[in-house]
Amino acid sequence: MDHRPQAWGRPRDDVYGPYDASYLHTSMPKTATQSPIVTGTSVIAIKFKDGVVMAADNLASYGSLARFTDVKRLRPFLSTSVVGFGGDVSDMQFLDRHLTELAIDEAYEAEGCSAGDVSSSPSSTSSSDSSPNKNGQLNASNLHKYLTKLMYRRRNSFDPLWNQILVAGFDSASQPFLASVDLRGTAFTSPSLATGYGAMLAQPIMRKYAATEEDAARLTREEAVKVVRECMKVLFYRDARSLDRFSLAVVTKDGVEISEDEVLEEQSWAFAERIRGYGTQTV
Amino acid sequence: MAAMFSQNPLMNGPNYSVNDAPRIGAPEGAREHRFDPYTDNGGSTLAIAGADFAIMAGDTRLTSGYSINSRFHPKLFKIGGTTADQEDATIVLSVVGFAADGEALKERLDAICKMYRYRHGKPMSVKACAQRLSTILYGKRFFPYYAYAILAGLDEEGKGAVYSYDPVGSYEREQCRAGGAAASLIMPFLDNQVNFKNQYIPNSGEGHALVERERRPLTRREVEVLVKDAFDGAVERHIEVGDGLQMMIITKSGIEEVLLPLKKD
Repeated sequence: MDHRPQAWGRPRDDVYGPYDASYLHTSMPKTATQSPIVTGTSVIAIKFKDGVVMAADNLASYGSLARFTDVKRLRPFLSTSVVGFGGDVSDMQFLDRHLTELAIDEAYEAEGCSAGDVSSSPSSTSSSDSSPNKNGQLNASNLHKYLTKLMYRRRNSFDPLWNQILVAGFDSASQPFLASVDLRGTAFTSPSLATGYGAMLAQPIMRKYAATEEDAARLTREEAVKVVRECMKVLFYRDARSLDRFSLAVVTKDGVEISEDEVLEEQSWAFAERIRGYGTQTV
Repeated sequence: MAAMFSQNPLMNGPNYSVNDAPRIGAPEGAREHRFDPYTDNGGSTLAIAGADFAIMAGDTRLTSGYSINSRFHPKLFKIGGTTADQEDATIVLSVVGFAADGEALKERLDAICKMYRYRHGKPMSVKACAQRLSTILYGKRFFPYYAYAILAGLDEEGKGAVYSYDPVGSYEREQCRAGGAAASLIMPFLDNQVNFKNQYIPNSGEGHALVERERRPLTRREVEVLVKDAFDGAVERHIEVGDGLQMMIITKSGIEEVLLPLKKD
């Protein structure tokens, strides 16, 4: 009698030779996203007096190849929040589909909400009567919590969504809200935030204008947009995986405005001539 | 040689155990790149128990590598209140290490304390909560919460209680404990200032004849100053510590919260 349950009901080794159990295994471990493939670079955002400004360029890189040059990395959610994605683009698209589904469910539950509010078309200003937390719908703070739990759950199952995400909008107290979550589920907030290279190059510039929440609460919309544009220019100068075409989103109590065909203006590459120490110059 | 001890002498080939079956086409060795589920978000925490109070403190900086992610990210959490704002909580948990695990650990312990209150009609004692926290941590022994937790409150006699943990749930009750990035900088200072280690009465003798300074519990004011000094020292010498100091003082009349500035460099 063989006492091992695994052996029961299988051909005996002594009669049929060693049992080929290879079919019991897939040849490889489950292959989830183990590294990002097509990637988006920095997303930057800063809070101001009555909202949040966010920007990301329209490039999706395949390694060092500038593969897709018209990719929308800022997505509106329920016309009250904006989600900005850095990192893997396919994971971004997965999350975008998931969030669209969530937004539709939310819109059905909320009374008197027309379908037009759900998927606001690009470059459009949503209806001005939409307050951030109308009908108890998910606000940016709720959405951020949701994404945090989602990302943390995926990291726990070793199947991460390879993104760093910024969420902008308003919290339950109708105050401007800006927070980040990454592929490991680490979540944090700050008056200004930046992912990837932006954390090194843009964040110090933004912190000059909004070091604290109080500073951010004094910034006007125009100032905030100007700072963000300046940061996008610095990123284009120094980040080799960036593009001069970018999307700019402004979230206020009146809704979400996203313009997806912004161009960097007044570039000056004069500084490049003075750079010494690396590159092609011989002296 | 394992085959020699097989239950069935006829089956000396590969045994039937599913785990022993040959893996055909499996890659040799480890994969070149694998997802690392952990990071260290820096920061430091500190707890000191007094005669009728306990103080928990932590800095508010959140880092990843050399970057500061946030200058205000609390590491101290009130646990087991009846409401979301934890107004009537009596226990404080501090977590430092990997922020996402810390957050998950806090939410689990809080949910458990709330369930306990709902089922038993009374708040959880620190002692019970401390044991439960150890069980939670050990429950993930083979995929641990990478978080150094400290739990503080008042025990059944009203004395300050501090329980400290390692990531897999080993725990003990102590007078004081520092955790996180600057633990090794703060702990010796605490040994000297809270437990009066290596403090002797001057000219009381030579060698073994030296008389130790008398040990006494510190007052609340003394401890608050001590905490600030400890963190000012840590901020000076550790790059992952700084920005703000969050302190929670647990007394029988509730939990008092204090926020102080630290150097932001």
